Amino acid sequence: MIEVRHLTKSYGPKKAVNDISFTAEEGQVLGFLGPNGAGKSTTMNILTGYISSTEGQAFINGVDILEDPIKAKSFIGYLPEQPPLYFDMTVDEYLSFVYSLKKCKLPKKSHLNEICDIVKLGDVRGRLIKNLSKGYKQRVGFAQALVGNPKVLILDEPTVGLDPKQIIEIRTLIKRLGKNHTVILSSHILPEVQAVCDRIVVINKGRIVANDNADTLARNLSADHKLVLHIEGGSDEIKKILTSIGDVERVFVGRQVDERVYEYHVEAKEGVDVRRDIFKKLAARNYPILLMRSNELSLEEVFLKLTTGDEYGGAEKLETKFDRMEKGEESK
Amino acid sequence: MTAIMKRELSAYFKSPIGYVFIAVSFLFSGFFFWFFTLSVGSTDVSTVFLGMFYVYMIFVPVLTMRLMADENKQRTDQLLLTAPVGLMRLVAGKFLSAYCVFMLGDIVMLIYGVVMSFFASVNWAIILGNFCALALIGAVFVSAGLFVSTLTESQMVAAIGSIALNVALALINVISSVIPVQFISDALRGISVFDRYYEFTTGIFSLSGVIFFISVVVVFMFLTVRVLERRRWA
Repeated sequence: MIEVRHLTKSYGPKKAVNDISFTAEEGQVLGFLGPNGAGKSTTMNILTGYISSTEGQAFINGVDILEDPIKAKSFIGYLPEQPPLYFDMTVDEYLSFVYSLKKCKLPKKSHLNEICDIVKLGDVRGRLIKNLSKGYKQRVGFAQALVGNPKVLILDEPTVGLDPKQIIEIRTLIKRLGKNHTVILSSHILPEVQAVCDRIVVINKGRIVANDNADTLARNLSADHKLVLHIEGGSDEIKKILTSIGDVERVFVGRQVDERVYEYHVEAKEGVDVRRDIFKKLAARNYPILLMRSNELSLEEVFLKLTTGDEYGGAEKLETKFDRMEKGEESK
Repeated sequence: MTAIMKRELSAYFKSPIGYVFIAVSFLFSGFFFWFFTLSVGSTDVSTVFLGMFYVYMIFVPVLTMRLMADENKQRTDQLLLTAPVGLMRLVAGKFLSAYCVFMLGDIVMLIYGVVMSFFASVNWAIILGNFCALALIGAVFVSAGLFVSTLTESQMVAAIGSIALNVALALINVISSVIPVQFISDALRGISVFDRYYEFTTGIFSLSGVIFFISVVVVFMFLTVRVLERRRWA
């Protein structure tokens, strides 16, 4: 179990991590999601005792990482962003070094064999690490984190540099490990977090902007009374038709999808389904609807919304631009 | 600690550094041995050992430069510092590995004594005194090098920095003699590494000298630990 309370890390006046609190239970995979430079690695480095926090506390299985670092560290398997590998060692030598470094008590040979099976290192065990491909190096890094069967796994972007097949393997592995470990993994790749994690903490500019399970996160932020449509025809006329529908409150014209095809964002009164009305009206005027979907935000959009505060990805700004153009202001 | 020591030792002998260091040791000590004793028919080994003092002053940094600098650069320090190992043990492991290699180069000096004893009567007190002095000064150079190596990511900077530090350590007595203020001069003289070294070379085994050298080593190891700690807090 990992508990983080009001963690802050300042580098001079800059706060890399600003008052972060969250908990990861045992048997849970927690995804740490954020754009580059959001403070993911910094938080992980604090959790593993590599750097210290300026304020706040982090508990690993109830042990404060600053109070009793050696005990807390013994619960953790850590895969940093750049796997900490000694290039002059073979995979076997390296893993047995890590084994003794961590003062591991498990039967050495069978334990290391098991780990190599899990991360599929079998055929490169005798090779020098410097001669391995990036994917294999990443796997050796992963294997290193698994040595000693630690209760807590902290994985900083574990699938970077792997090919798609390996990525799926590693994800399956993380899911499996998540059942009886506490796993924190960071990523800026959303489908990965969505596929693997039970809970997602979204972090931006050092602050937590969301902390929820993956499904709720998407559901809370989506709204099915909002529709996205692609319609062929002149945008001004179509906008008028859409606006004329009784329950429609707002219509935005978005980007141009194709020649004479525009994207429209329609917002109806809450709880009202206007899809049939839209179809009938447009059909009557012979404007083909090429696409209509409720604006259920994908995690990607949720993420953008949370981190940039812009739901339509620029559509709103475009709308005001059109408005001004209509009024002739833009021509100046 | 043993894990780190073993790894470092194997790293020394997987790369040329370990062999080069030992070869340089043998080469210089062999040359000095021939030049100052065999060729002039003397059994006075103090000059041979003094020669090695200067050689080690320059070459021990080659041995210690990569100890932490390389870890800093390759980011492998993340593995060591997040492992359940105390920092003092980590530093001690690193120190002992480099010191073992140093002693492999140094031990040959005793063999020269044995060789001489076949041809002449040898004053073993002086040989052993010199040997102890060199072994102790070696420990100081290794710990100083380890400390400097922790400060940087570049092995080159670590090497040059440690050479400078070693030279400064060896020259404390020279510096103290030119300082006009009496008490500063006395204080510097008190911590002069070379004066302590010289005491041993006359064949006097002084316990205070041993304690002095060990203290200097401990101070440098402590400083190394502090640097690693400080990085956590920075």
